[in-house]
Amino acid sequence: MIRDITLGQYFPGNSWVHKLDPRIKIIATLLFIIELFIVDNFIGFGIAAVVLGAIICVSKVPISYILRGLKPIIIILIFTFALNMFMVDGRILWQWKFLKITAEGLELAVFMAIRLVLLLMGSSMLTLCTRPLALTDGIERLLSPFKKIGLPAHDIAMMMTIALRFIPTLLEEADKIMKAQQARGADFESGNLLKRAKSLIPILVPLFVSAFRIAQDLAMAMEARCYRGGENRTRMNEMKFAGRDYAAIVMMIVFGAIIIIESRML
Amino acid sequence: MDSIIRIENLTFEYKKGEETEPVRALDNVNLNIERGSFTAILGKNGSGKSTFAKNLNGLLVPTEGVIYVNGYDTSDDEHIWDVRQSAGMVFQNPDNQLVSAIVEDDVAFGPENLGIESSEIRRRVDKALSDVNMGAFKGKPPHLLSGGQKQRVAIAGVVAMKPSCIIFDEPTAMLDPKGRNEIMNIIEELHDEGITVVLITHFMEEAVHADRVIIMHDGKVFLDGKPEEVFAQKEKVLSVNLDIPLAVELADKLREKGIDVPKDIIGMEEMVEYLCQYE
Amino acid sequence: MSIRVTNLKHIYDKGMPTESLALENINFDVEDGQLLGIIGHTGSGKSTLLQHLNGLLKPDEGTIVIGGVDITKPDVSMTEIRKRIGLVFQYPEYQLFEENVAKDVAFGPRNLGLDEDEIEERVKEAIELVGLDYDTMKDKSPFDLSGGQKRRVAIAGVIAMKPEVLILDEPTAGLDPKAHKDVLKMIEEVHKRTGNITILVSHNMADIAKLSDKVLVIDSGRVVALGTPKEVFSHREELSRVGLDLPPITQLTEALRSHGFDIKDTILSVDTAADEIAFILKNKGISR
Repeated sequence: MIRDITLGQYFPGNSWVHKLDPRIKIIATLLFIIELFIVDNFIGFGIAAVVLGAIICVSKVPISYILRGLKPIIIILIFTFALNMFMVDGRILWQWKFLKITAEGLELAVFMAIRLVLLLMGSSMLTLCTRPLALTDGIERLLSPFKKIGLPAHDIAMMMTIALRFIPTLLEEADKIMKAQQARGADFESGNLLKRAKSLIPILVPLFVSAFRIAQDLAMAMEARCYRGGENRTRMNEMKFAGRDYAAIVMMIVFGAIIIIESRML
Repeated sequence: MDSIIRIENLTFEYKKGEETEPVRALDNVNLNIERGSFTAILGKNGSGKSTFAKNLNGLLVPTEGVIYVNGYDTSDDEHIWDVRQSAGMVFQNPDNQLVSAIVEDDVAFGPENLGIESSEIRRRVDKALSDVNMGAFKGKPPHLLSGGQKQRVAIAGVVAMKPSCIIFDEPTAMLDPKGRNEIMNIIEELHDEGITVVLITHFMEEAVHADRVIIMHDGKVFLDGKPEEVFAQKEKVLSVNLDIPLAVELADKLREKGIDVPKDIIGMEEMVEYLCQYE
Repeated sequence: MSIRVTNLKHIYDKGMPTESLALENINFDVEDGQLLGIIGHTGSGKSTLLQHLNGLLKPDEGTIVIGGVDITKPDVSMTEIRKRIGLVFQYPEYQLFEENVAKDVAFGPRNLGLDEDEIEERVKEAIELVGLDYDTMKDKSPFDLSGGQKRRVAIAGVIAMKPEVLILDEPTAGLDPKAHKDVLKMIEEVHKRTGNITILVSHNMADIAKLSDKVLVIDSGRVVALGTPKEVFSHREELSRVGLDLPPITQLTEALRSHGFDIKDTILSVDTAADEIAFILKNKGISR
């Protein structure tokens, strides 16, 4: 079911992680991602996994929920795994015609798979534990120094807010249209690539029409509620650093240092 | 009388294409809406009622004529935000008017645009959500709510802006009977609290609760009066493709059979009450 | 032709933590030429049931036999099912996509693999059947039509597949009073002229009471009541327990009864109500 997609969804909670300032969480996630690329051995991943595990424990988001969010990318995961496994030269473990698996290839495949999984779990923790609006607010604040060079920080944040709000609505709409066309005998599963691509027209046209209608309605509703861009706008949830935010900064520095030292040493 | 909305010679035209003649959606409408009143505006699709609604809070501005909301001219750019804050608007499609992926953040959207201080926004949001009985859902994403619940959130979003008047543009058209009842109850409560209500609808039964019914046809005011006065003119109402409320239809049939049901009986409760005096 | 649904059961997300029972122990029959009304509040399992009848969903248990063929069997082809059963979804106008009306209506028949002559003939017939003029409509863009017309064109798109069973989910939702009446009349007309089985899902109890030969009430995925409109709407308490109302006129006469007014129970039309009330009042000498 389309509703199962958890990537980019918020998991309501009241944990320490949930309460952190969104700006801290965004920076922490970016650092985590950078550090995953610095790491060049399995021990480093072990440390990152422990840290991530600790964050998940504290956040009280069920691990099964996070893993479910990985489902849509399983295909990508398998694909990159296979690519690495078969394409790297080295000590051959198994061979059949032109296909071969090398020890180096296998190691790299496992290495990359772990990196990808940690990357996705880490970044999904950001969206799972941060209310979408707090997230976009955080991005807006972090980007606001760049306003001076003409970056429309508020508009970018508003676009993301709306996207987050309407992704589930559009997915539902797509699901409905698909079923309606299937009931009229449309077939999306058989035939060659061209035929399949053509069979998408009866879905895409109504979906675009719907999207335009939503956009029009929404623009009008926003205007009616006195929306006039970012100027003079206030916020219900003001962002203020609390004790826990400073604690998080310290932990970020410690974690970063450990990763850098560890990858240099080995 | 104190009119919150004054409409003088309102004409509205829109162009479909560059070359085509403009279409006249509203034609010389003159109306005053009294402060604290409950007005229902009826009309079939294409009668101009929705265009009318959008003119009331400056989403559209008159081609000719002028509209004053709380004393502000809707075509005056200086005061457009005062107009929209005074006359809030709830739309038909419950999905397409919620901006945020969290209920309470959505309700805060209007007050935030008005530049209100954050602790005050918090208070207003909590109050508005409890007014529409959605307090328990404040952390939920809208796409998991029913149509009626979403529409209640949309109403809370307007209420939090503290408008003196709310215009409801067919708020129940896409809801099931349960959702429709919820919304009608909330509209009546808001009216009881002193908010001026303008309800655009094509459900006759909803118009029965209003103090005043206006029927629009071809961009003009076709009938205007107390519900019992308007619905007494059955032939006229039917001639513009509308219905009459069930109690009026029954009263009419009873009159044909020689029973003198008073003309002012237009609601079901009143009909039951009237008939029961004879049991 | 008849429909026989036996012990239907469906579970959403089987084996997942979100697993939920959508339908259980659903049993009903519809005979040839009947009109079945289905009522139930949003989320009662109505839509799930409809999607089973059309083969969009497969049950976990139970059978759906339509005209002697069990459509839940894996070897029954989808085309075969869709030839027999047409499903018109809620707000069907949102699925229109072709550049003109004729092409859009032809989408279904074309998917059935019919030849061009047959398709053209069916398109013409279907457009006329929904009360529109073929020659004036065929070249128009479906996006330029009025709300009521769009709805008719979308329904024609399913009728053109000549289903033996026509299912309509809330066909009048969101229409104004005139368009509502027109679409309802059209459904009656199509049902009469094609003699098919029609299944009508609606929240409008007055429409259900007026049109149905048989009414199925569903709640939490189970059948609550099944019978003629009169039988079903006489179960006032059961209906209100599952959040459903009586038709407005029945509400009125039942309110009269509860106040001690001596009127027949379960009156389903305004005319009958007027006759009854006038008769009683006249007997009491209250009339001109």
